[in-house]
Amino acid sequence: MKRIASFAIFLFAFALNDAHALDVFACEPEWGSLVHELAGDKVDVDVGTTALQDVHVIEAKPSLIAKVRRADLVVCTGAELEVGWLPQLIRQAGNPKVQSGPGYFMASDQITTLEKPTALDRSMGDIHPAGNPHFQMDPYRILAIAKALDARLAELDPKNAAAYQQNLATFTTKWNEAIKRWEAKAAPLKGRKVVVHHWSWIYLDTWLGMEQIGALEPKPGLPPTSAHLASLVDLTKSSNTLAIIRAAYQDPKPGDWLSEHTGVPAVTLPFTVGGDEQSKDLFGLFDSTIDKLVAVAK
Amino acid sequence: MMKRGLSLALCAALCGPAFAADAPVPADPALQAMDARIRALEADAQKLREQAAQALAEASAARSELEKMKAQQVAAPVTAPTPAADQQAAAVAAVSAPAEATGGPAGGANGNAFNPAIAVILNGQYAHHSENPNNYARAGFPVVPDTGPGPQGLSLGESEISLAANVDDKFYGQFTVSYHDDNGNVGTEIEEAYIDTLTLPDGFNVRAGRFFSNIGYLNSHHTHTDNFVDRPLAYQAFLGNQYGDDGAQVRWVAPTDTFLELGGEAFRGEDYPSGGANHSGVGAWTLFAHAGGDVGTENSWLAGLSMLKTRATDADDGFSGDSTLYLADGTWKWAPNGNTKDGGLSLRSELFFDKRDGTYSQPNEVFSDPLDPLTAPWVGDRRGAYLEAVYRLNRTRDVGYRYDKLWSANGSPFFADFDPQRHSLEATWRNSEFSFFRIQYSHDEPERNIVDNAWYLQYDVALGAHGAHKF
Repeated sequence: MKRIASFAIFLFAFALNDAHALDVFACEPEWGSLVHELAGDKVDVDVGTTALQDVHVIEAKPSLIAKVRRADLVVCTGAELEVGWLPQLIRQAGNPKVQSGPGYFMASDQITTLEKPTALDRSMGDIHPAGNPHFQMDPYRILAIAKALDARLAELDPKNAAAYQQNLATFTTKWNEAIKRWEAKAAPLKGRKVVVHHWSWIYLDTWLGMEQIGALEPKPGLPPTSAHLASLVDLTKSSNTLAIIRAAYQDPKPGDWLSEHTGVPAVTLPFTVGGDEQSKDLFGLFDSTIDKLVAVAK
Repeated sequence: MMKRGLSLALCAALCGPAFAADAPVPADPALQAMDARIRALEADAQKLREQAAQALAEASAARSELEKMKAQQVAAPVTAPTPAADQQAAAVAAVSAPAEATGGPAGGANGNAFNPAIAVILNGQYAHHSENPNNYARAGFPVVPDTGPGPQGLSLGESEISLAANVDDKFYGQFTVSYHDDNGNVGTEIEEAYIDTLTLPDGFNVRAGRFFSNIGYLNSHHTHTDNFVDRPLAYQAFLGNQYGDDGAQVRWVAPTDTFLELGGEAFRGEDYPSGGANHSGVGAWTLFAHAGGDVGTENSWLAGLSMLKTRATDADDGFSGDSTLYLADGTWKWAPNGNTKDGGLSLRSELFFDKRDGTYSQPNEVFSDPLDPLTAPWVGDRRGAYLEAVYRLNRTRDVGYRYDKLWSANGSPFFADFDPQRHSLEATWRNSEFSFFRIQYSHDEPERNIVDNAWYLQYDVALGAHGAHKF
């Protein structure tokens, strides 16, 4: 009996003995990837969702509660994107480190958002009072968030502060180089018009000078209807539209239908890390996004 | 406000004599000096204000300049001058949150900024029963208040208002009031009113107040998140739809890869299946354990074992004595890519096992003579179970089937050699996350040779705060 007890204690101690300085829970893959850029193997990152999931409507699954229970830091988008599940995870996990304060990092708090509604009424669909939360498609905002996140990592793990600072410097240099490359490559996209599935692309559009002329969803968060799709046909046809764009997780059928009826290509963009073969990290995400758009611009 | 009051007071004290100095009365040189100093200070303050305003204007000009630079950079990326690094840094600064806003939106001076999140649930239904609900009886199981087939025709369902917020850095509070109408028995009731701890270490949580017990699966879930119009027969028979009472709960979540929570509760023991608040008002106890996890990205599961021990006096079904209820629950959800709101199958079953040792006395005062109450022994085991399967076709529609069964006890005064069972089919249409409409057909066999064919139409909507629901 004694031997079993000491074995159990050993096992338990082993389970608790973590080689990493910090356990990080990232709500979305882009933040998991960013943490990896800034912290490398100093931290252990659990990502709560995949690029093939709609993060608006994730369920507060037991596996996610278990992950938040062990986290020292939760990194999420914020701006109410995770309002349907993150509060429940945090409430059920019983982990005071991530209730608030340094262990609770919302990317939306670090930047300015676009499309902040001036009036709030659910008859306008599922709108976010804090602005559009899909800002991971703006590389400048990514960099602003990286700076704040790096400071947060250093605050929680001062022993490795120098390493985090070094990683941020390296990332910033590489990222700025990449931005120049992307902007040069994306020059033909400027002024082009797109039809989007969901209101997910305002930051990408603003960055690259593209214009959203319509959306497959009649209102944010409401599934496309055939009547609404039919109403988009003339507009899409007559506007010299570049593409109908959607995220990897979205149902391709409505976009394909509109594409068939207008001749405008439907393009599936990764939207986050892991959204396609090329999007293995944040660099790949933007490489792939711009490659795919430029490919249809030719 | 405080400061302005102070300066007014100062002014009254100082300016008064100073104004008096304008009168032909010979001026006091000391006062004159002070007056001059005040004027100088005021001028200084004015200058500072102007400087601040100018700085602000410059800052906002710089901001728009940065945005412009960013736009230009995008407009002419190839021809951009070589020191692009500065421009890039400026573009990053332009989209960064202003320093004072970091750490979350400031509430501002608005007194309502700290108002709790308010959610209102409205729900109503139309029901058609082939058997008169007023004559409804269930073989082996007395029908306790608020359960059973519900009223015939149009009725308002349970409508509720819920307020929730963090109390301070250590506590969270929730308050739910519901309105219900059970066969003309109208009432508002405090359904939940509890506080939760936020900062206990090592995965511990304590809850105190009135709340739904964490036993089983459905018990801690609000009925508006159910997949069917009504609760399973076992929930109706053993828990009066849902067991909640005044009490305290301790819950611990293990630091493991697989979700594991253990906990226990002590309740007053006033509400069914308890009654009479025995043991000096600690008449019911529970223990529960839940475990869960994922299998790949497409499957999630949750399973639990729970126990509810009560000592009742004149419970709603007339029982007095000791009872122990054991529950086993299991949930399995499969969805393509784990998108449970867009498709897939969810399966759930709960098993109930109830041991009773006590007596039955007629709960209705009309019949009982306090000196000679009609009592009978009530000893034995009863069981119940349900199995439900819900298939999600897409974001807006799902269909489901549920099978219910109850087994009565030999030693019960209600014993019957027939076990009630029920089949239910439902179809739900959701316009958004905040509203749904449901149609349900139930084929209920509560007694031998009696079948109640029931049709239900239900609406259920949520106003206000966006709910964050349990798995």
